[in-house]
Amino acid sequence: MSALAAADLSLTLSGTPILDGVSTAFRPGSVTAVLGPNGAGKSTLLACLAGLRDADSGAVLIGGVPRAALSRRDLARRIGFLPQTADVHWDIDVATLVALGRFPHRGRWAASDADRAAVTRAMLATDCTRFAARGVNTLSGGERARVLLARVLAGEPEWLLADEPLANLDPAHQLDGLDCLRAVARAGAGVVVVLHDLNHAARAADDVLLMRAGRVVAQGAPDTVLTAALIAETYGVAAHFGMTPEGQRFIIPTHREP
Amino acid sequence: MKGARANVLLAAGLAAAMLLSLIAGKVWVPFSAWHGGDPRWLIIMELRLPRTVLAAAVGAGLGLSGAAMQGYLRNPLADPGLFGVSAGAALGAVISLFFGYTAFWFLPAFALTGAAVSMALLALLVGQSGSVIVFTLAGIILSSVAGSMTALAISLAPTPFATSQIVTWLMGALTDRSWDDVAIALPVLGVGALLLGMTGRTLDTMTLGESAARSMGVDPLRLQILIVLGVGLCVGASVAAAGIIGFVGLIVPHLVRPLVGNRPSAVLLPSAIGGALLLVLADSLVRAAPTVSELRLGIAMAMLGGPFFLMLLLKMRRGLA
Repeated sequence: MSALAAADLSLTLSGTPILDGVSTAFRPGSVTAVLGPNGAGKSTLLACLAGLRDADSGAVLIGGVPRAALSRRDLARRIGFLPQTADVHWDIDVATLVALGRFPHRGRWAASDADRAAVTRAMLATDCTRFAARGVNTLSGGERARVLLARVLAGEPEWLLADEPLANLDPAHQLDGLDCLRAVARAGAGVVVVLHDLNHAARAADDVLLMRAGRVVAQGAPDTVLTAALIAETYGVAAHFGMTPEGQRFIIPTHREP
Repeated sequence: MKGARANVLLAAGLAAAMLLSLIAGKVWVPFSAWHGGDPRWLIIMELRLPRTVLAAAVGAGLGLSGAAMQGYLRNPLADPGLFGVSAGAALGAVISLFFGYTAFWFLPAFALTGAAVSMALLALLVGQSGSVIVFTLAGIILSSVAGSMTALAISLAPTPFATSQIVTWLMGALTDRSWDDVAIALPVLGVGALLLGMTGRTLDTMTLGESAARSMGVDPLRLQILIVLGVGLCVGASVAAAGIIGFVGLIVPHLVRPLVGNRPSAVLLPSAIGGALLLVLADSLVRAAPTVSELRLGIAMAMLGGPFFLMLLLKMRRGLA
């Protein structure tokens, strides 16, 4: 398995540049947090990487192969995408929902043993097995988020792209979610996740990709990217940095910088 | 398997209902008369059997179309009429009545042409977007344009006879259908049903929304083409054979979901069987009812629609309370 990369991606929508020459690469087996203010192009970058959107120019390379050269099915097997919206339009049971993630792998007829095994593993990894038989509409927000993540993991993708998976979760479930993403990366997949909380990035990411106005501001280890100067430049806020007794770095934005 | 058992049960119910519909009518034909020697045998073979087969086929096509539409649009209130195909088919049929083309195959041919034209316009309006919202809007445009043209045809009809013929036909019925009508409708319905059957697993992924479905390798354009062609052929053939019969496609998927669960692909087959069952029963009822002139099937179904939605509303209110 080799890198997922964007080469000079640009995209303009109704005259507004959304992505402006984005070049970056992600490593397998690591978590990359994509950070930046609203409208920085984070979600659009993720959509381009996942094949949901075509850039005007530039290319997405998966293991050195241009995305355009891969079939839909092949792409879907290699890249799992967790959208920001947690909509589930029909009240189906959890096991059925997670099994939807096998779509890119399934043959024409019944599910194979490999399909069933992958679904079981995905539910174990996200701790969903307990409520496998329950309807999606009976789940709490935290349970639902785990089930939706399990759906993506069931496809056993080489890359997990998640767009703000922690939005609307309480602090405990946010920590669970971060641990889960770390576990996915430890198991070998590359994780690219859009986050809004700098502390989440500092806690869980191996790499941080900082974006503003469709451009990459910086990319690297959290310590080198989440600095007062770069945060001020990207978000326009001053931040207070600290360290918990356990050695966990924290960052609190204190006020806007003019 | 919950789903398989429900399907077998529904199929058994359909078989029983079809037998019953052969017996029931203004003239009751008991089993003892079911042989070539009895004059009533002709009633069964030439009048009732084609009508029953047509009722089952039209019901199956409408039920299946409704289930596919609701799955595709992820909206439990979606109806096969929403695409404008049934309005287009009706307009085609109305045009043939307007000009008094009454040879038996004229009307179905015009109706199917109307359905095909509205499908083509739908495809043209929607373009390459594959978006569900654009699609719904295009369907609404087509429905209202075809509806207004139909109203125009009624108001401009050359004779009062043509007017009443159009109005009566629009209400939908299966009265006096022959094997010729079956021969026209059945192949078209069959192809449409096949296309809709191919959407099954893809519809399931739409449960998670369009972008999740696309990220799993779903080709939105292919799905849209299958749905438009499948629904168009099923609804077009149904309108050509029976006029506009509402509510079947809307009601049936709701009725079968408690039996087979909410997964869109699991709803398809039971909706087809259930639609056939509902229409065969309803058609037997209107035929056997002691009214002077036969109650129109389309009206009977519409009369079912009101109470059904009331039930749905009460259920939703309980859910919200």
